[in-house]
Amino acid sequence: MLELRSITAGYARNAPVVRDVSLTVAPGESVGLLGPSGCGKSTLARVAALLHRPDSGTLLLDGEPVRRWRHRAPREKRTAFGVVFQQARLSADPRLPLTDLIAEPLRATGRGDEVPGRIAELAPVVGLTSDLLTRRPHEVSDGQLQRACLARALVLRPRLLVCDEMTAMLDASTAAALVAAVEDYRAATGAALLAVGHDRTLLRRWCDRTVAWDSLI
Amino acid sequence: MTCDAPAPAAAPERTEWRSHGPRRRSTRALRVRTSAALVAATVLAVLLVPPLVQLDQQAVDLAAKLRPPSWAHPFGTDDVGRDLLLRCVYGLRVSLLVGVAAALTATVVGTAVGAAAGALGGWADRALMRVVDTFSSVPHLLLGIFIVTMFRPGVWPVVISVALTHWLSTARIVRAEVLSLRSRPYIDAAVSGGASRWRVTVRHLLPAVLPQAALAAVLMVPHAMWHESALSFLGLGLPTHTASLGTLIQSARGSLLAGQWWPTLFPGLFLIVPTLAIAGLAGAWRERINPRHRSELML
Repeated sequence: MLELRSITAGYARNAPVVRDVSLTVAPGESVGLLGPSGCGKSTLARVAALLHRPDSGTLLLDGEPVRRWRHRAPREKRTAFGVVFQQARLSADPRLPLTDLIAEPLRATGRGDEVPGRIAELAPVVGLTSDLLTRRPHEVSDGQLQRACLARALVLRPRLLVCDEMTAMLDASTAAALVAAVEDYRAATGAALLAVGHDRTLLRRWCDRTVAWDSLI
Repeated sequence: MTCDAPAPAAAPERTEWRSHGPRRRSTRALRVRTSAALVAATVLAVLLVPPLVQLDQQAVDLAAKLRPPSWAHPFGTDDVGRDLLLRCVYGLRVSLLVGVAAALTATVVGTAVGAAAGALGGWADRALMRVVDTFSSVPHLLLGIFIVTMFRPGVWPVVISVALTHWLSTARIVRAEVLSLRSRPYIDAAVSGGASRWRVTVRHLLPAVLPQAALAAVLMVPHAMWHESALSFLGLGLPTHTASLGTLIQSARGSLLAGQWWPTLFPGLFLIVPTLAIAGLAGAWRERINPRHRSELML
């Protein structure tokens, strides 16, 4: 259960991007957050994933208030979220082959021994072949890289997925494949989803509930 | 009523693509090749000549003192008859050792401080950068003299003195790079994946700044050689019996006034030529990894 209460957040003290916004995502629920470009929905998604400290407001994760963000947040709270960003190119370390990219969260949390098993499990789920796994980000397409980024988000089996315009830069078939992979994972684990985007049709078909940004303010 | 004559068909607008042209490209290639050849010659000379030649660079021959260049002594002899070619090679060896050691130490210190400031942020960043500002506010030759006078003359005090006054620019470069990388989504992804601050720094940030740090280290080698020479010239660096380019130029001052030019000219050339060669290579490397900025000689 994720509850955002009266969140105000931004990048400069006197110019908040998000003002007094509240949003709740129930366990297992999928919520689509719709809004035009630049309205602050990505900032709200970053706050929800504990990646950006809000200026004011409360974030409750399973009823417990979160008081620390980014590195200061306890690891088990940070890894409760799986985050997929809009631009795969920018969200992948250019030096890491796709296998290492996907395995990075496992290694960072001291579970390196699970890497071969999880990679073998996830690669077919997101549609990555073994020859792609050995390539570096500049050697694959945006769609293939976004598949690897989704696998990275799923590798720690998160309870809540945050997809920040995950399909915005992709063709229709890749977008459909990624959405299907997310839904298969949710069906298997009961994870919740916060999907951010401006594609009304996609979010309405994908999510249980769609929230327009205007209704939050 | 007048009828305007139809305007003549406008000539199609031509876009001119300006390339640097073959002449500039060939000049650059020549510069890189010459620099590489000179650096290779310098490294081979300092590594191979002393063990292969087996000549005593300290051998005094008062009967042959201050001889001008000849076949027997291509660079002439100094005021106690020592062969200047051999002394220059040995001097270059010491100066290059000081330059490389000081540049490496300064780069390691600068990278550590810059990465810590950039990765930690907040008060740690402010405190570390104020330390950098404080060190920068003192002229570094003056600070170097102060540090070197605390030790007995030798190679390592000079290395420490040069390194402790030259890590500042590297720290600034690395901090700026880390600050720009820290806000990238792939760092957010690493944080979300449970990576500690240390892991983010070591696994993602430092490998990304390594090319810039390595370039700063290479550019610092000639700079450090000049500092060693300056300290030795002032009599504060290496002891006078140790051949370094600075001590050679310093001990040749008297003979220059008496009209003997060779004891000053050749050590000076041994300082200038490797400096230009290393700077030429590093400049080409910088243009390659960051073509937007033209290289500049860091002296």
